[in-house]
Amino acid sequence: MIATESLSKRFPRVTALDRLSVDITPGVTGLVGANGAGKSTLIKILLGLSPASEGRATVLGLDVATDGSAIREQVGYMPEHDCLPPDVSATEFVVHMARMSGLPPTAARERTADTLRHVGLYEERYRPMGGYSTGMKQRVKLAQALVHDPRLVLLDEPTNGLDPAGRDEMLGLIRRVHTDFGISVLVTSHLLGELERTCDHVVVIDGGRLLRSSSTRDFTQATASLAIEVTDTAAHPDGTAALRAALAEAGLEVQPASRAGDGAPASEHVLLVDVAGDETYDTVRDAIARLGLGLIRMEQRRHRIAEIFRDDENGSGGAADAA
Amino acid sequence: MPPETTTQQRADVIHNIGYRHYDGPRLGRAYARRSLFSQSLRGAYGLGRSAKSKVAPMLLAAVMCVPAIILVSVTVVTKGDQLPVQYTRYAIIMQAVIGLYTAAQAPQSVSRDLRFKTIPLYFSRPIEAMDYVTAKFAAMASALFALTAAPLVIMYAGALLAKLDFADQTKSFAQGLVSVLLLSLLFAGISLVIAALTPRRGFGVAAVIAVLTISYGAVSTLQAIAYDQANTGAVSWIGLFSPITIIDGVQTAFLGASSAFPGGYGPGTGAGLVYLLVLLGLIAGSYGLLLRRYRKVGL
Repeated sequence: MIATESLSKRFPRVTALDRLSVDITPGVTGLVGANGAGKSTLIKILLGLSPASEGRATVLGLDVATDGSAIREQVGYMPEHDCLPPDVSATEFVVHMARMSGLPPTAARERTADTLRHVGLYEERYRPMGGYSTGMKQRVKLAQALVHDPRLVLLDEPTNGLDPAGRDEMLGLIRRVHTDFGISVLVTSHLLGELERTCDHVVVIDGGRLLRSSSTRDFTQATASLAIEVTDTAAHPDGTAALRAALAEAGLEVQPASRAGDGAPASEHVLLVDVAGDETYDTVRDAIARLGLGLIRMEQRRHRIAEIFRDDENGSGGAADAA
Repeated sequence: MPPETTTQQRADVIHNIGYRHYDGPRLGRAYARRSLFSQSLRGAYGLGRSAKSKVAPMLLAAVMCVPAIILVSVTVVTKGDQLPVQYTRYAIIMQAVIGLYTAAQAPQSVSRDLRFKTIPLYFSRPIEAMDYVTAKFAAMASALFALTAAPLVIMYAGALLAKLDFADQTKSFAQGLVSVLLLSLLFAGISLVIAALTPRRGFGVAAVIAVLTISYGAVSTLQAIAYDQANTGAVSWIGLFSPITIIDGVQTAFLGASSAFPGGYGPGTGAGLVYLLVLLGLIAGSYGLLLRRYRKVGL
């Protein structure tokens, strides 16, 4: 889908991309990096809108330096910032954008109706977009990127500004873009946890350099942990301690949540268990059942990019703090 | 209404159909440029926009045509042997209306895309900065041409109704059309350059009005002073410094118009050539400036 070869982009004062070589295959790929890591610069180069200082890149087998127009016909782009005029309706706007992608008028109208329905916009689509919620605006932005049925979409921070529920819906939608629509996705985020659940492959960049590129499974295996909170019972006045002992006995790595550097609220009543594999879930369930404790919650902890840096660099660099 | 019912039914039927790929034609850059042109041209008269935004352009278009209708009626009723106003003079007389229309519509055409950051969506599609600028420039010039040519058409139709000399009227009418075409290109270029500098529509409107009226005010004041001092050469040269007087100069020199300058001291053929060069230079220059501006805007 996308291949870059020692791609560099230097501005007079900063180096935005530094000899970046990645190979992105069909599917959903996450591009993770802190703000200023070079994500947006990379997208601009991939769309053929900004020439690279050195190195080369191809998108869908087309060279970004020479075939920009042909690439943009086959690629959709959803910008990070707000880009919708408030006084036109979603339908009018997306129809116009479809025609700007080269679709004939009738096809533009049909595809607009289809696409807006697929992203979950129904009656609202006839109202001016100024009155839309952030979630609806994000859907329209996604729709205008999909309306010309591209082979690849580039989504720049699509979950920005959404509440947790909206975030989950948007991530689900992104997943569907690939599974149901058969369109490959490159999605950027500064939150690794989000992408873990959505992407097949994650590329981490920092300061314009490639930190890591691997399948999502590798990431989760290295970093996944499970947060567990249980009730106290008459038999076990301190349920958390009892469970901790039981799990340690079963051979699992257990810590109280306070050690977590992941920004989640720490509590002495929350245990973090390193996930060794699917059997870990069974062990935890059985241990709780045996002790007769009530399970308040059991959830996958989200990890921030900071932890990746810590793992990869063994705490040697300041990257973790910077992130 | 029948069309609505069919859409309703269709919506129900397709409700459960999954994603369908598009394998029809993709018409590319030239088509996208045409689409942007027609959308912008329609937008300049509020078509495809809210009812409120139709009011101003439609009203100005009406104001532009009413005097022409009156002129024609007078000619027909009094059986005059010529129109009271020359085709080429009409736009000069109505310049305030043209200026207001330009000031209102140029910012709405380009400032909005800057303000709401829609520009990146355009440039992530096959078109390039040049296509965007060409489409917007052509649309603005066409909108202005429609505004300024419509009254001339009314006058011409009226002149034929009043059985004025056909050959004579057709020639003057054609000269008038060339003159308003040049005026449309010039006003479109100047106003778009100003409007593209600011994402704020209000600033754009004020700046366009200021440039058009202040330059005209200054030029006509200076011309009046020069005329008082009987410096007729200066009168014809000072006209180079405001858009509408440039048009006046060019049409006086080449399009058979009588000049609206004080005392009618318009430029002769030699000075007229300078006027024409300045006019063409301004049109080309504003196109170049717009290109430069949009190369930078990008994503």
